Amino acid sequence: MNDMTPAQREARLEGVGCKRKRVEDVRFTQGKGNYVDDIKMPGMLHGDFVRSQYGHAKIKKIDTSRAKALPGVIAVLTAEDLKPLGLHWMPTLAGDVQAVLADGRVSFQNQEIAFVIATDRYITDDAIQLVDVEYEELPVIVDPFKAMLPDAPVLRPDLEGKMTGAHGPRKHHNHIFEWTIGDKEATDIAFSKAEVTIKELISYHRTHPSPLETCQCLASFDKIKGELTVYGTFQAPHVIRTVASLLSKIPEHKIHVIAPDIGGGFGNKVGAYAGYICSIVASIVTGLPVKWVEDRMENLSTTSFARDYHMTTEIAATKDGKVTGLRVHVLADHGAFDSCADPSKWPAGFFNIVTGSYDFPVAHVAVDGVYTNKAPGGVAYRCSFRVTEAAYCIERGMDILAQKLGMDPADLRMKNFVRREQFPYQSALGWEYDSGDYHLAMQKAMDAIGYKALRAEQKAKQAAFKRGETREIMGLGISFFTEIVGAGPSKNCDILGIAMFDSAEIRIHPTGSIIARMGSKSQGQGHETTWAQIIATELGIPSDDIMIEEGNTDTAPYGLGTYGSRSTPVAGAAIAMAARKIKNKAQMIAAHLLEVSEYDLEWDIDGFRVKGNPSRSKTMKEIAWAAYNSPPPGLEPGLEAVNYYDPPNMTYPFGAYFCVMDIDVDTGVAKTRRFYALDDCGTRINPMIIEGQVHGGLTEAFAIAMGQEIKYDEMGNVVGASFMDFFIPTAVETPKWETDFTVTPSPHHPIGANGVGESPNVGGVPAFSNAVNDAFQFLGSTHIQMPHDAWRIWEVGQKLGA
Amino acid sequence: MTDTIEQVAVAVTINGKRVKRFVDPRTLLIHFLREEMNLTGSHIGCETSHCGACTVEMDGLSVKSCTVFAVQANDTEVNTVEGLANADGTLHALQEGFRQMHGLQCGFCTPGMLMRAKVLLSENPDPSEDEIRFGIAGNLCRCTGYQNIVKAIQYAADKLNGRAQKEAAE
Repeated sequence: MNDMTPAQREARLEGVGCKRKRVEDVRFTQGKGNYVDDIKMPGMLHGDFVRSQYGHAKIKKIDTSRAKALPGVIAVLTAEDLKPLGLHWMPTLAGDVQAVLADGRVSFQNQEIAFVIATDRYITDDAIQLVDVEYEELPVIVDPFKAMLPDAPVLRPDLEGKMTGAHGPRKHHNHIFEWTIGDKEATDIAFSKAEVTIKELISYHRTHPSPLETCQCLASFDKIKGELTVYGTFQAPHVIRTVASLLSKIPEHKIHVIAPDIGGGFGNKVGAYAGYICSIVASIVTGLPVKWVEDRMENLSTTSFARDYHMTTEIAATKDGKVTGLRVHVLADHGAFDSCADPSKWPAGFFNIVTGSYDFPVAHVAVDGVYTNKAPGGVAYRCSFRVTEAAYCIERGMDILAQKLGMDPADLRMKNFVRREQFPYQSALGWEYDSGDYHLAMQKAMDAIGYKALRAEQKAKQAAFKRGETREIMGLGISFFTEIVGAGPSKNCDILGIAMFDSAEIRIHPTGSIIARMGSKSQGQGHETTWAQIIATELGIPSDDIMIEEGNTDTAPYGLGTYGSRSTPVAGAAIAMAARKIKNKAQMIAAHLLEVSEYDLEWDIDGFRVKGNPSRSKTMKEIAWAAYNSPPPGLEPGLEAVNYYDPPNMTYPFGAYFCVMDIDVDTGVAKTRRFYALDDCGTRINPMIIEGQVHGGLTEAFAIAMGQEIKYDEMGNVVGASFMDFFIPTAVETPKWETDFTVTPSPHHPIGANGVGESPNVGGVPAFSNAVNDAFQFLGSTHIQMPHDAWRIWEVGQKLGA
Repeated sequence: MTDTIEQVAVAVTINGKRVKRFVDPRTLLIHFLREEMNLTGSHIGCETSHCGACTVEMDGLSVKSCTVFAVQANDTEVNTVEGLANADGTLHALQEGFRQMHGLQCGFCTPGMLMRAKVLLSENPDPSEDEIRFGIAGNLCRCTGYQNIVKAIQYAADKLNGRAQKEAAE
C-alpha cells in the first residue's frame, strides 16, 4: 500500500460516498438473476386459486369433481381440507384473522375459494374453470362511510357480538378499532380560540404497489427429514419463517425460508398470503414441491392494497399565519380483513407524523378502521407505515390554509417550520425529531426552481386566461415533507411480538476478503453494493472484496427485513456496529504485531499505524491473516462479528419538492414542466443509487397522484385491476427529474444515514396534487380529490366554468 | 386438454442455436423459453402484453413472448438476453450502458428492456431522447423512472457509433 497516496488508498476502497457501480447489475444484465419463478425442482407441481366472482356472497356449494377428474390434476383444496389442520383461517399481522380459503362466505371479489394443484400450470388453469361454485349474493359495501351507518349489513359475522378487537373497543359491527393520540382538550381549546380555521375532507384513494414481479413462492416439504423449504418473494424472510413455524407447528430450525432475487416489492411483499399457506399445505399433502405464481390481476386485486384513507383535516391559525392547532379524523378502509402490515401497537402506522415539518403547539388525531367488501392489505406502498397519507394530509392542509389566509404557501411553510435550534424536537403527537434544517432546504429549493419568477409567470398566465387569450393554466406544487422511518426502537415497535431490530454478521477470511450477511432483503435497492461500501469504509477492505448475502434464513442473522425505509437506519447501523467490533479486535492484533500498546495506534484508511510513526503500520489484510494464524496469546483466533441493532430512535429524512405543471382545461391534460426534488437523507452512502431511488419513487408518486387507482363499483367489482387500466407510467409520460440535496446527518445513527428509498413517494404525491390544486385555485377551487387523471381534471374545469 | 391434443413440432434458432421440440400447440413462447429451454432471463410481469418484461427479438422484430405461441416462432430466429453479450464474451454496449448509467434496480424488467433497446438501435442507430422514450414505451419499469434507462441507451448508441460516452449522472 505504501506506493499509493492516501487519496488513492481511499478511492480503492469504494466506500461511503462513492458512486460505486452496482454489483447486482452484472448478473441482471445477462439474464442471470435468480427470481422465484426461475427456480425449478424435480416433480414440481403448480397451484393456483379459484377466486370469488362476487364481492360479498354466501358459498352454498363447491363442486370440485369435474376439476379432479381432469388428467394432471393432483388435488383441489378447499376450506374443508384445511380445517383439520386448523389452517382455514390465519392470523393477520394486525391481530385479526383472515380466511385462507373461503369458509362458507366470500367478503371481497377475487377472494381465494379453492386451491387447485396440477402437474402443469396450463392444466391448473384448465381445472380452475371446472370448479363449480354456487353463490348466494349478499349486499355489498365498498364505501367506508356507508359501512359505519347503523343499518349497514354485517360484513364480518365471525366477529358479531365481539365488542373488543385487537386494538380496543369496537363501536359498530363493521368497526375494527379507534386509535387516538394527542391532547384532545387542549386542541379543542386552540380551535375555539383560533382566528382562522380550515376544514376539509382530504381523501387518499386506494392504490397498489404492483411490483413488476408478482408475489410467488415454491414450497417443498421433505417428509423424511420433516423439513420445509420455501423460496418466496419475501421482503421479511425471517418473519415469514417464524409465522410459518407458528402456524404449521414445524420447528423453526426445520424451516428454510429463502428469498432469492426479488423483482421489486414496494411493500407488496411484506405480508403473509393465502398463496404461501396453500403451497406449503399442498406440498405437505402431496409430498412434492408446489409452486404458486400470482398473475397480474390477482396481484392487483388480492395481495395488499395501499392507502384508502379519508382524512377530515382541520388547522387552526392566527391571522398572520402561525399555526396553533391540528385536528384530524381518519376513516381508514381496511377491506374485508384487517391485515394491515403495521407494527403491532400501531394500527394506524405512524400517522401521527401528520404534524409534518411544522411547529404545532397542540394536535389531536383519531383514526377509525372499518371493514368493507374490498381486498384486505393496507401495506405501506413505498413509505413508512401510513407516512405518505400523513404527509399528503398536512401538505394539502397547509396549502388550503395559505389560500384562506391569502398567503403564499411557501411563506406559510417558512413561517411555521420547526427551527434548526429546536432539534431534538418533541412533536405534539409524541415523536422526537432527531435532526433537520428545514429553512435551509426550503430556501435552496426555492432558489433552484426560481420560485418568485414562477409565481409572477403564473399570475400573468391567470390574467391572460381570464382575458380569454389562453386555455392553459399553470400550477406550482410545493411539498415539504418530514418522514419517520427506520422502525424501530423495540420499546415502540414489534411485529407479532418480534421486536423490530435488525442485524449483520461480518466475517473476514484469512486473505482479507469478506462475506457479510444481513437480516434485511433487497428488492432492487442495491444492498449488495451499498452494504459493502459501509464495511469498506469501516474496515479498510475494498468493496470489491466484500460479498453481501441476504435472504437465506439459514445463514443470515435474524432480522425484520426491508420495508419502511428501515434497511439503512437499522441494518445499515448493525453493519457499522459489527464492523466496529471487528475493528476493536483488529486493533489488538495490530498492537501485538507491531509490539506497541493498542492505545499507541490510530486508524488510517485501511489499517492501523503507530501514532507519530506512520511508517510502522499493518493493513487490515495483514491483520486478517494474523487473526487466524498468529493471534496474540490468549486471544481466540478468527475475525468476525455479529451485531443486532435496536435503534435508539427513528430517523427523520426530509425534503423540499417543487412541481411546475401546465394544464389544458379543455382536454384535462396536465404536463409536468419541471420537477425539482431536494432530499436530505443524512450521510449519502452511494449518490448514484440515491438518485436512482429518488427517480423511481417520484415516478411512483406521479402515477399515484395522476391516475393510479384500485377502484370498486357499487356491486363490489374491482374495476381496472390490470395493466390495461391501472396506471403505470411509461417512459413517454414520465416527467424528467431534477435532484438535489442537503446533508444533515442523523445524530444517533452510527454513520449518520437516514434512509431515502421512500422519501420521493411520500414527498412526491403532495407536490403533484398541490400543483393541480394550485392551478385551479384562482378559479375558486379549494380542494380537488386525487387521482388527477385527465378526465377528472377536465371535469373540474367544467364545474368551475373554466 | 394436454393428453387429448396432439403435440406439434417446433424448430427455432435461439441465440444462434437451432433447437427442435414437441410442444402443446397452446404453449406460449415465454413458457417455451423459460420452462423448456431454461432461458429464464426473459420474465413474466403481466401476461397481457402490457409490461414488456418478456420482450425478445424474433426475426429482427421486438415481440412480447407472453402473447406469441411457440408454434408461431417455428422457423424463426429468436434472440434473448442470454445471447446479448458479444461472441468474445464481452458485454454488449447496452449491457455496459445499463450498468454504467444505473439503468436498472430490481432487474426484473431489464432483460426485456435490453432486448427492446437492441432492436430500437438497429432500426434507429442514433435516436433522440424522445425517440428512445417512445421506443421503449412498451416496456414498463417500476423502479428507475426511466431517466437512467434513457441515458443507458444513449450510452450504448454513443459507443456503437464510436463516440465518447458520458459520465454517469449525479
